[in-house]
Amino acid sequence: MRWQEGAPGRALRERLGIQLQETQLADKLTVSEVLTLFRSFYRQSHTVDEVLALVELEEKRKARVVTLSGGQKQRLAVACALVSKPELLFLDEPTTGLDPQSRRQLWEIIRRFRAAGGTVLLTTHYMEEAERLCDRVAIMDHGKIIAQGTPKELIASLGADHVVDLALTQPGIPEDLVDVLRAMGGVTAVRTGGDGLSLTVVELHRALPALLAVLQQRGVELSLLTTHHASLDDVFVALTGRQLRDT
Amino acid sequence: MYQLALSRMREFYREPEAVFWVFGFPIVLAFALGLAFRNTGPGKLQVGVASGPGDSAMAATLGASPRLTASVLDTATARLRLRTGRIALFVIPRGGDSVVYRYDSTRTESGLARLEVDDVLQRARGRQDLVAVRDDRVVAPGSRYIDFLIPGLLGMNLLGSGIWGVGFSVVQARQRKLLKRYMATPMRRSHYLLSFILSRLVFLIVEVVALVGFGWLLFGVAVRGSFASLAAITVLGSFAFAGLGLLVASRAKTIEGVSGLMNLVMLPMWILSGTFFSYSRFPDVMIPFVKALPLTALNDALRAVMIDGAAVTTLGTPLAIVVAWGAVSFVIALKIFRWR
Repeated sequence: MRWQEGAPGRALRERLGIQLQETQLADKLTVSEVLTLFRSFYRQSHTVDEVLALVELEEKRKARVVTLSGGQKQRLAVACALVSKPELLFLDEPTTGLDPQSRRQLWEIIRRFRAAGGTVLLTTHYMEEAERLCDRVAIMDHGKIIAQGTPKELIASLGADHVVDLALTQPGIPEDLVDVLRAMGGVTAVRTGGDGLSLTVVELHRALPALLAVLQQRGVELSLLTTHHASLDDVFVALTGRQLRDT
Repeated sequence: MYQLALSRMREFYREPEAVFWVFGFPIVLAFALGLAFRNTGPGKLQVGVASGPGDSAMAATLGASPRLTASVLDTATARLRLRTGRIALFVIPRGGDSVVYRYDSTRTESGLARLEVDDVLQRARGRQDLVAVRDDRVVAPGSRYIDFLIPGLLGMNLLGSGIWGVGFSVVQARQRKLLKRYMATPMRRSHYLLSFILSRLVFLIVEVVALVGFGWLLFGVAVRGSFASLAAITVLGSFAFAGLGLLVASRAKTIEGVSGLMNLVMLPMWILSGTFFSYSRFPDVMIPFVKALPLTALNDALRAVMIDGAAVTTLGTPLAIVVAWGAVSFVIALKIFRWR
């Protein structure tokens, strides 16, 4: 099916629900009026009460859009997308700029829609969000897909399950130190950034004592040492060679 | 579509400023202008008499006329008052039987004062009227300024609310990416545009009733033709201006941009189309162009019905102009409309 004017395009749009990042709904209308308007476009749809229950906005049904908080507005936008009982739901950065609680509420809404058999296409800058919600992830950089797969596959593609971040007290990082670390057993990659180092390692319990021994032997002092399980964040950084940019 | 029209109306009446500009403003305007130009008959004309021998006697003679108020002034004061319009005519006695009238011949008041003063002075010197004259004063409803004004304001109001009402909400929806969002639903585009016309129709009733009712209650401005004719004309006018509003808003991306366009469309019509004064004052070469404007045609038709009591069937030409403007701009708007 193609996205076009006329009947075929409309048939396609009957089956989609879309939330656009930039849409501002009419301020002067109430929540239930906005939803009534949107459901009037579709042949089959949820009732206003049903969709309000889906996004937990029942107590705001009579409130004007202008009085809603950012999170509530976003849930209303998702409600407008859900009202048509779509098979496919497009969400464009639904949680950007929201407080942690509102984010969790939105995640819950998305999970329920998924559990009911719907398909969601979600764009996000939060790797954590992608990791929690998505079955398949595609990482885009400069408009091109540079990697795709399940979150597990992508993380596994790093070839390691732990990441060690460390920073030195001395300014600058000696080149030969990096070479030594790279040559260590269990270390799959070393990246430098600023005056810090980031190592991806396979077996943390073996790699860590070895690392500390090397550092002590060279008389280098640490100002920071943290470790975490490899995440999609690390995948993104490894693939694009930089920290996640905003916007 | 019904829901679209409904939300359009809700958005409108929840905007107190908009409600005032559409309903309140024309009424305030009608009230102010109606008061300023109310028919108390021509007031007394102020004339000055140059100070000198016999000045007060002449002033008394002139002041005896029911239509004149005369005062003695020196030449410098008189010149100033003449220039600022506080006296209509300055009489300078030149001794013996000669006087000079000093006045601005382009001012209607001054012309009247010249006639009246001359009449009084000549009679005072013993002129005999040779023809017996009796005044038969008639106050014909429909000939007052307010009778002329109310239909004009009605036309202007239809123009303003059509263009503002439609233009602003379209551009606002475009700016807020609401149009883009609507495009992602199965909504029909024609429904979206028609919803504007439908909601305009509902407000039209309120507008017409408010303004005509106001004119009738306060100034006794009657509708001499049938209300059905009035309704038919206002509906056509409202459609035409909603179409024009859509055209104005079809490309603009910002409120500022569309405001400029709206003024460009409306301002010439306010001035040219005979809202506040008859367009016959414009030079003859301009008249055909002025008559081709939708507001001119609508005002003519409204006046024909309200003042002359004409039937709708006799108003083919002006109504055809109104409909043509509406249809052409709606079609163009539909073709060039920017949906995102």
